[in-house]
Formats: sequence, structure tokens, C-alpha cells
Amino acid sequence: MSILLDKKTRVVVQGITGSEGSFHTQQMIEYGTNVVAGVTPGKGGTKFLGVPVFNTVAEAVKSVKANASAIFVPPQFAADAILEAANAGVKLIVCITEGIPAKDMIHVYNSIKQKDVTMIGPNCPGLISPGKAKIGIMPGFIHKRGNVGVVSRSGTLTYEAVKQLSDLNIGQSTCVGIGGDPVIGSRFVDIVKLFNEDPDTKGIVMIGEIGGSAEEEAAQFIKKNVKKPVVGFIAGRTAPAGRRMGHAGAIISGGKGTAAEKMAAMKKAGIYVVESPAEIGITMKKALDKLNSKPSAKKLSVKKSAKTKTKKSVRSKNRNW
Amino acid sequence: MKVHEYQAKEILKKYNVPVQDGIAIKDISEFDAAIAQLQSRGINQFVIKSQIHAGGRGKGKIYNPENRNELILEGGVKFTASVEKAREYAQKILGNLLVTHQTGSDGKIVKTIFVAEGLDYKKELYLGILLDRVVSKNVIMASTEGGVEIEKVAEETPEKILKEWIDPSVGFQPYQARSLAFGLGLAGAAFKNFVGFISKLYKAYEETDASLLEINPLVITNDDQIVALDAKMNFDDNAMYRHPDIVAYRDFNEEDPLEIEASKYNLNYIKLDGNVGCMVNGAGLAMATMDIIKLAGGQPANFLDVGGGANKETVANGFKIILSDPNVKAILINIFGGIVRCDRVAQGVIDAVNEIGVNVPVVIRLEGTNAAEAKDLLENSGLNFEVALSLKEAAEKVTSVLLVETI
Repeated sequence: MSILLDKKTRVVVQGITGSEGSFHTQQMIEYGTNVVAGVTPGKGGTKFLGVPVFNTVAEAVKSVKANASAIFVPPQFAADAILEAANAGVKLIVCITEGIPAKDMIHVYNSIKQKDVTMIGPNCPGLISPGKAKIGIMPGFIHKRGNVGVVSRSGTLTYEAVKQLSDLNIGQSTCVGIGGDPVIGSRFVDIVKLFNEDPDTKGIVMIGEIGGSAEEEAAQFIKKNVKKPVVGFIAGRTAPAGRRMGHAGAIISGGKGTAAEKMAAMKKAGIYVVESPAEIGITMKKALDKLNSKPSAKKLSVKKSAKTKTKKSVRSKNRNW
Repeated sequence: MKVHEYQAKEILKKYNVPVQDGIAIKDISEFDAAIAQLQSRGINQFVIKSQIHAGGRGKGKIYNPENRNELILEGGVKFTASVEKAREYAQKILGNLLVTHQTGSDGKIVKTIFVAEGLDYKKELYLGILLDRVVSKNVIMASTEGGVEIEKVAEETPEKILKEWIDPSVGFQPYQARSLAFGLGLAGAAFKNFVGFISKLYKAYEETDASLLEINPLVITNDDQIVALDAKMNFDDNAMYRHPDIVAYRDFNEEDPLEIEASKYNLNYIKLDGNVGCMVNGAGLAMATMDIIKLAGGQPANFLDVGGGANKETVANGFKIILSDPNVKAILINIFGGIVRCDRVAQGVIDAVNEIGVNVPVVIRLEGTNAAEAKDLLENSGLNFEVALSLKEAAEKVTSVLLVETI
């Protein structure tokens, strides 16, 4: 299984005829994504890359039953595009666009919060359920179908982690790039919850960075609710305070949002925090190996209470990998 | 984007927010006219305020930029009732170096001073507006503990910070203004004036796409007026396309010349103090690469995100910028080629090095599409590259290169 996205998901691409939109629509179709429609106002009734183009998202939902949207429109129009998708009844909205003003996103976020819709991004690479479908701009070939969920604020750093996993023969259930902006549709905790509920996700990789407190929030949740092994990394330990490190949300302000704080909170939650980004894959491998060696303990009919104890002690012992 | 105090006050004035009066001057020859104008408005005591983007100006020190040991003045913000004294302060500050806890030891040359009215007041308050990322709403924070660092108040006495979150669908409400005013213990004219003040202030924040608006201190004058004595405003870079008037306030003197140069090439570059330069695609991977450099025993000399299209031009421009920093002893290139092919990036690197000549060791790690072909290209180029395939290998090569450099 996977979260949010699979082969059946019916995708409409907003901004399909733009240069970014058309290139990545092509890539998504080649990967196997079920792209059922495109939307470009004024170009309704035409066909593009073999899919029907509509003037509005509502028409795409009505005519071809689109239930997910990929947004590739320029930043000035992106907030409007998200609201259009949400109000048309699309259930999953993935906004790739970078550079949307925070004020626009505050309005969008609070407006769609009450609706039954999941939004990923903006300023993100999107999400992929390997071997099934992708909505976004990530290179499909580095991914491998499997059982580790990946959630990250970054783009290429996520690819780096995924490549490390795939090279170690560790496949992924779904990889979600939640985006580098201060206001985003889904935060770490939202995606970790989904991975936790997904029976086919056996482990979780969480890649954070400086700024905000979303990693701490997720760590709290993990501490209370997640028994699956979680490997974490925080980028930006060497970043200076008060400077925006590329991503709009990656800034240490008023002494808050440092990598050290986040790593401490994550360690406290029992997450395997790696110091070096080169060790994400291998650390997950070790964690999964531990997990796989446990069923033998089960066979020895260890009592339930004893079992949980074993789990706990294994985790704490390995915190300092 | 940041602006100076005097610029923030100009912006706030447009929203009828009561601010401390004053005139910004860049040369001492403008001093007499500024004073005369303030006197004509009935102002008889003055504050000379250094205008730099960093905070802590009041407690900073003014040094001679030619001789860093020569302390010229204690404090970058000076109050006086005497015009002669004010002129002396202005002379001592303008063109000299202000060092505060936020500028670092390099300090900042003060190119502008704000000649302002010296207000008598009975109480200092704090007001701040910013985005609360936890709830994705703007929050107004107010405190009776004005004039001190709010981070310290938040740490030691968090109960002294009042907060009101703004629902974006209905905006800032009068009851929220009253709630803050009552919370601050205000009454009578001060209460009424505060309610007006905060409503106008929030409007200014909202309409200018500010990302931070901080008034510290906000003062209650002896006649119960509420006045912004200081003003700090930061703006959302993503929204500046709709505010050309604010973009015009950009002060290039406050920015690193290399960063300005880099922005001309559309490169996202931040200069740091280390010895290993780096060139990376993607902000997260760039930060992670900086971390790797530190773990390898070096110090990152910069943050540089060359973005999606890592071609010959961007790589060549990246090299030029990195090499303009004399502290750079080695360069680490880390590109993850997803959509972009690594062999093309490798060719770009080779062409760029041949074109501009690079005189420090270069460690290159290209991963992704056609990574093996890229490695062959680099190794057969006849140029002195250290090629790594994995991130781990790249870190090790940086370490060994640094060892050679120090021997």
C-alpha cells in the first residue's frame, strides 16, 4: 500500500500548457500516473499530451472525475488555483509552485482547513508512490517500491536520501516533499500520522531543516504514537541565524528554530537522529534489520509486556548511532 | 527584505500610525537644516540614531574604521537637549563603524543617521506582529516589558507576553485591540489611543506584506499619546513584486557585495566565514552539504544554491563568486542530477574551469542520471578534480584535501 496516491488516483494538472507543467505532465504520464485532465483557462475543449483540457477544475471533476490536482501555475496565480481545486471537490492538491506570498498562503490554508482535502506544498517536489504514480517533479528512476515512508521539507536532499535507501535495496511506500515555505498545507505530523496508519509502511525517514517548530511537533507525536522506527536528519546545523537559507521557511529567528533544538527534541522522542546526511540510508537499514530480527522473539512466545520492553530498550540503546 | 528604522517610520506614517518625528541625513552638511526643521515643529530635544539593519544599536560602540582600536563613542543612539551636543554626536557617528552584538566584530559603517525628536514618556511597551507558523496565522504580541529584548521576556516571564491571533477570513477585530489594551493595564486616553494605534499598525503590516513589524519600545508619552519610538519592519521577498515602493528602500550598503553580484546571476548565495566553498543544487541539499563540510573538519565558506539548471554558465558564475572570497581553500560541488543529466553538468564544470582557471582543489560529487559517465568525463579531463560518487566519499575527499592544504 501507499499513502495519498496510487495508480487509481485521477490527476488533473493545473497549468498543463505552461513549460513546467507540460514537461512534468509528460514525465508523470511516462511514470504511470493516471493523468486524466489538464486545466488552462481559455484552452478548454482542446487536447494536450493526449489528455482533455478544461477551462476550470470543476469541469475536470465533473467530466472525467479528477480527484487530485497538480499545480504548476506561476506564484501570482497559485493561491487562486489552490482555492479553485479545493472548491471543485478535489481531495488531494499538490502545489509545486515556488514563491507564493505568505499572506496569500495564510488565507488559503485557513480557508481549506475545514474542508475534506489534503494539500501538499507549495514550494515542494510533490509526492510519489514508487512503482505506482507520482505527482510532482522528482526523478522517478531513483525510487524503488517498498516499505519505508519518506517525508521532507526539501527537494534534492530528499532525492539524496531516497537514492541511499534504494541503493541499499530499501524500497519506499510513498515519499512526500512537504515544501520549504513557512505556510504549507501538510506538515510533518500530518504525513507521519498517515505513515503510522499505513500497514505497509514499516519505517519512516523524516528530513527537516532549520526554521519553525514543525519537527518538534512531529517528534511529540512520534514519541506518543509511533512504534515504527523513525530516522531523522536536520539540515542547516552550520547555517547562521537571521539569514534565509534558500527556502522561505529556513531561517533561525529570535534564536528559535535551530538544528540543535530540533535534533534534541527528535532524539528525546526515540528517533534515530543522524549527524551526517550520508548516513540516512544505512541507519534505516540497521533499524529495519533490528525490526526484522524481532519476529524470532515472537516465536519464542514472549509475553506481550516483555515484548514492548524489548522494543524500548533496543531503541534507546541505538540512539547514538 | 529589511529596511531601516527611518524608512519603516515613513511607511507607518502613510498608515497614520503615530511615530517619533525625525529627518534622515547622510551628510553632516544636512544637519543644520534638519535641526531647524525639527525646531520649527516645536521640537527642542533630540536623539541621534544610527541607521543600520542590525539591532542593539543603543548599546553598540562607534569605532574609527581606519583604526579599530580607537573608540569614538559609546552607544549608537544618543539623546541630548543641546543642538551643539547633537551635532557632535552626528559627526562622531556618521561614516564611522558601529559594532553591536548583532553586527559581529566587523561592525557596520553608519551611512545614514536619523535626527529625531527626543520624547518624554512615562512608560515603555512592546508590540510585535509576525506569522505564527504553528497555526499559520498572524499573531500580535504585546508586553508591558518594553525596551528590553523580547526573546529574554519570552524565556523568563512568558506570562508577560499577550497574544492575539488574527483570523484571516475576518481580519483584526476591535475586541482584540481592547483585549490587548486591557491586558497592558491601560485606561483613559492611553487606552483609547492604543486601540487606534494597534488597528492602524496591523493594517500597515497586512497591506505591505510585512513578515515582521516590531515596535520596541512603544511609548506612552506624558500626555498619554501612544508613539512608536522605534520601528523594525521586514518584508516577504515573495510578495515584493506587488510593492515597488518598498523595493525602492533596498539599501545595497547593508548587503554583502558578493551576494549582490550573485543575485545578478540568479544565484542564491550567502557568504560565511569558512574555508571550503560549496556549490549545490537545491537549498536543503546545500545546507546538508555545509553540514558535511563541518563534519569533514572544514568550515563552509558559503551557502550557494545554483537551482535546477546547473549548466556551464551557472557553474562558471558560481566559481567566480566563490573564488572572489580569499578565504576559500577548497571547493565542494554537490549536484544531484534528477531531471538534469550529470554528464552535462560535468561538461559544464570542465568548461567553466578551463575558461576561468580555478586555483584551489575541487571535490566533485555528481549523483543521479548518468553519474558514471560524468565521473569518466571528469577523470579524463586532465584537470585536477577529486571525484566522489557518494556523499560519504565526498566528505572524506574534502577532509583529505584540507589536510594537504594545511601541511
